[in-house]
Amino acid sequence: MTATPKAVNRLIEAFSRLPGIGPKTASRLTYYLLRSGKEEALELANALTELHQHTVLCSICCNISDQDPCSICADETRDHSTICVVEDPLDVLAIENTGRYRGVYHVLHGHISPLERIGPDELRIKELMRRLEGGQVQEVILATNPTLEGDATAMYLVRLIEPLGIKVTRLALGLPRGGDLEYADRITLAEALAGRREMH
Amino acid sequence: MRQERLFRTEGIVLRQRDYGEADRILTLLTPGGKITALAKGIRRATSRKAGHLELFAHSQLMLARGRNFYIITQAESLESLEPLREDLLRFTYACYAAELVDSFIQEGEESSEPYGLLLQALHWFAQERDLRLWMRYFELRLLRFSGYQPELFTCVRCLAPLQAVENFFSAELGGVLCHRCGTQEPSAKALSVNAHKVLRYLSTRSAAEVRNLRLHEGTHAEVETLLQHYIEYILERELKSVAFLRRLRRELRALERERSLKGPSPSNPGARI
Ligand SMILES: [Zn+2]
Ligand SMILES: [Zn+2]
Repeated sequence: MTATPKAVNRLIEAFSRLPGIGPKTASRLTYYLLRSGKEEALELANALTELHQHTVLCSICCNISDQDPCSICADETRDHSTICVVEDPLDVLAIENTGRYRGVYHVLHGHISPLERIGPDELRIKELMRRLEGGQVQEVILATNPTLEGDATAMYLVRLIEPLGIKVTRLALGLPRGGDLEYADRITLAEALAGRREMH
Repeated sequence: MRQERLFRTEGIVLRQRDYGEADRILTLLTPGGKITALAKGIRRATSRKAGHLELFAHSQLMLARGRNFYIITQAESLESLEPLREDLLRFTYACYAAELVDSFIQEGEESSEPYGLLLQALHWFAQERDLRLWMRYFELRLLRFSGYQPELFTCVRCLAPLQAVENFFSAELGGVLCHRCGTQEPSAKALSVNAHKVLRYLSTRSAAEVRNLRLHEGTHAEVETLLQHYIEYILERELKSVAFLRRLRRELRALERERSLKGPSPSNPGARI
């Protein structure tokens, strides 16, 4: 262990702090970068440096963007009376990819998790409530994840938003595409039944 | 825990964290012990296991012994406790119970009693009205199973049987002191006769007897503060879920006051705040 240079250890430690990367993967990545030469390492270093220099949080929807307001908030052809609330920037991308949504977004950056000490103050909830004050918003779609924490976050938001007289909806929950009915758990099946719709 | 490579057990999900692209690492309490297990691909929308391995899910599992942790090869939920997902307060109490179990039970320890207790507790938090009372009952039982049952019957200093007068409680000494010893012990805090009685009742009675107990707000608050302080003293750290629980209760109370100003509300069948 004594032979390992400090710089190597530092990078290994930095890598192992990333989600989903254990000490073994961290070492592998570090030694890969050592072997692959200066250029590749510098390219990565530059990308890391620019990551925070060239991105901002949109001051309206809190999404990560290269301009403020972000391109969605700045787009006047979109329906600014409908806000879709999601946990993460990647969720915005997923919904945009459906090509079916013309409203705007609000990114919470996480979900309520008492077990991880994440409460309403750690999320972008105040920013959301400020957006709802103007009276322009008619519907808030809660698109938090269909997990217990996602549900808890949605419940917390409903309680805040309902008194404002704004319509609050939750994404329909149900069976995943390509799945098999017999493998569905009870909750998913019950939700799919409750959320059934008429066929035309 | 067990030697076979593949085995079947039931378990309760205490905690989870994302791992890799679509996996999650779960901390599970099983009757045979607390374990860490990998659920592969569980974050994909098409995962067959996802709904069976949510937080607090009580499931039948098939586990394989992996190199670093167990790997969940099958999962089938045994019951679903809807109120824990439909009521924020009930959910938060369940979080608190899971956090306590996770803190008190170490991997490799025998855990059939804590397992049975947690399973019962999830039902209490899903169904009962006075959640605070059930949390105190839960805390005292968990303390007993972990060897930290506070002494409530004889003075921890002079060993004299305790009388029904104002006594003292010391987290450091692990129990109640008689009035005379208590006044001389710097770590001791005054304990009211009522709170002392409630602690004794909760640590000796069955769940059916506890269900009939009704506490005044002041006693509730005293017992809660005392036990939480005692637990944090033992664990040597603050409990994470408590902060959110307090905030939520404060907000719900404010909401209820607002509603009661607007007029009588329909009878509330939910949990008492
Ligand atoms: Zn924006
Ligand atoms: Zn004494």
